[in-house]
Amino acid sequence: MAIDKTAGTAPGAMIGLSADGTEASAPKILAFCCNWCTYTGADLAGLNRMKYPANVRVVRVPCSGRVNPQFILRAFQKGADGVMVCGCHPGDCHYATGNYFTRRRFMLMRNLLEFNGIDPKRFHARWISGSEAAKFRDTIAEVAAQVSALGPNTRYREER
Amino acid sequence: MSKIGVFVCHCGTNISSVVDVYKVAEAAAQMPGVSYAAEYKYMCSEPGQQMILDAIKEHGLNRIVIAACSPRMHETTFRKMLKKSKINEYLLEIANIREQDAWVHPPGEEATEKAIDLVRMAVAKVAKNEPLKSSLIPITKKALVVGGGIAGIQAALDIADAGHEVVLLEREPSIGGRMVMLDKTFPTLDCSACISTPKMVDVSAHPNIKLLTYAEVAAVKGYIGNFTVTIRQKAKYVNQDICTGCGICEDKCPKKVTSEFNKGLSDRPAIYKLFPQAVPAKPVIDRETCLMLQNGKCGICAKVCPVEGCIDYEAKDVEYDEDFGAVILATGYKLVDWGGMYDEYGAGRYPDVIDGLTFERLVNASGPTEGHIQRPSDGKEPKTVVIVKCVGSRDPKKGKPYCSRACCMYAAKHAHQILDKIHGARVFIFYIDVRTPGKNYEEFYDQTRKDGAVYVRGRVSRIYSDGEGLVCQGEDTLLNKQVRVKADLVVLETAMEPNEGAGELTGLFGASRDVNGWIQEAHPKLRPVETQVGGVFLAGACQGPKDIPDTVAQASAAAAKVIGLLNQDEMETSPMIAAIDESKCSGCGACEPICPYRAITLETIRSREGRFTNAERVIAKVNAGLCQGCGACTVACRTGAIDLLGFRNAQILTEVDALWQ
Repeated sequence: MAIDKTAGTAPGAMIGLSADGTEASAPKILAFCCNWCTYTGADLAGLNRMKYPANVRVVRVPCSGRVNPQFILRAFQKGADGVMVCGCHPGDCHYATGNYFTRRRFMLMRNLLEFNGIDPKRFHARWISGSEAAKFRDTIAEVAAQVSALGPNTRYREER
Repeated sequence: MSKIGVFVCHCGTNISSVVDVYKVAEAAAQMPGVSYAAEYKYMCSEPGQQMILDAIKEHGLNRIVIAACSPRMHETTFRKMLKKSKINEYLLEIANIREQDAWVHPPGEEATEKAIDLVRMAVAKVAKNEPLKSSLIPITKKALVVGGGIAGIQAALDIADAGHEVVLLEREPSIGGRMVMLDKTFPTLDCSACISTPKMVDVSAHPNIKLLTYAEVAAVKGYIGNFTVTIRQKAKYVNQDICTGCGICEDKCPKKVTSEFNKGLSDRPAIYKLFPQAVPAKPVIDRETCLMLQNGKCGICAKVCPVEGCIDYEAKDVEYDEDFGAVILATGYKLVDWGGMYDEYGAGRYPDVIDGLTFERLVNASGPTEGHIQRPSDGKEPKTVVIVKCVGSRDPKKGKPYCSRACCMYAAKHAHQILDKIHGARVFIFYIDVRTPGKNYEEFYDQTRKDGAVYVRGRVSRIYSDGEGLVCQGEDTLLNKQVRVKADLVVLETAMEPNEGAGELTGLFGASRDVNGWIQEAHPKLRPVETQVGGVFLAGACQGPKDIPDTVAQASAAAAKVIGLLNQDEMETSPMIAAIDESKCSGCGACEPICPYRAITLETIRSREGRFTNAERVIAKVNAGLCQGCGACTVACRTGAIDLLGFRNAQILTEVDALWQ
């Protein structure tokens, strides 16, 4: 696993804090979405002009099974307040078995995060199919509300 | 040094009415590595694309970010556009600021900020993109169809009619499968043999079809477009080239064994055709029962055969390799062995308790009784027949959890045939539900009830003999009463299950099966005739219980997929696949079992390791033809030796980092 140790040291405003250093209200949520189901579902939400909180950023991956747990740690380290991994429903994976790995991996991941003092409510693995635009919208809203209630994540955030 | 060009699309007013596209372009121009940023009304339009191509030339751009609609919409459009430039088409990233921004957020700061973030992520990623080249793999223009039932026959004919070569492989001595065993088919009551045997003859006569009977798949290598299949041709001991099919040998053979085709209702000789209308219409010797092959004493068939040298007791099984571009699995079903499951139904102790397929032979005009319904025990015509549905189906405790789909209809057909053929007959059908989803199916069921079939809602709990005859005891759940019916014959409509050996065969091709052993389709709704292995398709009941119309439709669908594949001379493969850094690979093999496509194999290489100039070590290798680019292996790799091209670890991480710059 190649992690570029030098990256991310550039100066920049910390998300979660507004320009004057006070707590901002909107948390930042990063969602890893599989190309075949959830990313398509998110596109469909757009097509149907559904509205959901604007503080989610989607990273497109081929399969939820592509998401290395280290990506999630990195996101928390960089200042994400919530992280999601979304893929096809178990049994519907475009690559047959990818999301089974996701499911097992992130059951453990939640335990690991909790052990490390990150509230597991900040991390969600969800199954959203390409037709479930409303579920995408609702999930984002639900996670945003949960993470918002928890406040900014400071546990692993790099001091810059 | 990356010189990134960022192009922000207004999409008419779709994006620009919500996102401040000018601000996005301005912000993009300040991002690291970006040397040019612009916005335009319609990026995907002809002038929009030209604008990008001009900018590439003018500013010497070497990577492109387009902030527009979803990459699922126009990624291919812009990749095609880049083919006209000097830039590799994979040095492109799309920031989805329409579907995932402008369309889901209200106009204002937040939407614009999000757009800038998305562009920053794309810019960061594209800086780490590398030129990729899709490779062209040649396609062998020949298809293999495994299984010569109606599904395989239909698929082979369709592919052959489209002008491609087909090998139809069947392990029995004749094609025809289950359908030729049936008497009549619901709901039209066509004679099954009359509609299937002409198709069998078409197969044998088609110039594009090579028919291999009594043959099996022994091994499979390769991938889509390039399979090498080892075929085992079992010895037939009858020279098929010179045999005239006269049948004298069959008449004279002294050894008689139970006929599988007639479900034990009659005997067949050791040298035999599966049934009179068999294709090919030439006998084979069953080596397990032939006296000559077992004991070396007999040889009658060779003596009576009018063609010299036709019978060859020395023949051996032959294995050979043949190349194919595509494969259709059509291995069909068998009925469950109900005797082992249902002790309460006599577990096979009563000869007059038979399954549906045995009844088909019993009622079949070309069957052992020439179509006269005579019960197996004493050959008498049964007056009262009990039909029990869902034996083994919809029974998670003892049998299968699923519905076998065809039984409701053929139970009605059996009832119809009994009432039609036996004057004064009475038929009782025990059922859980009656399911008749199909064209003219409900009407047929309705007619059967009007003909006099008595439907009793409930399961039969016990079948026993009271000394005079069989008694079926069960509950009528509508009357809430126990009922007993004295029956002369009991027909159990038993569950379908995957055919013998289907599991091993599916495994050879790398396809997977579901919990019940049926072959798993790539997507239950949208890719119903593909397996998840490229180039391997499925047809008919091997995928799940099916009736004949569904089987034939699916076979034609699979054939259409194969024709589409074989019509190409070569196939472009996606370059976004797993790649292994051999210097980092420790050969631990953790990636190998995780790959759903069996694209990773461990190989031994020789390389220079420190002071050893010719050290042997094991590394993983990715087969580019098999890999579909899911990336599951990358996470399993402990040393980080495997990475996914196009979605490298570094690319995804840099996207994550970019968000917080």
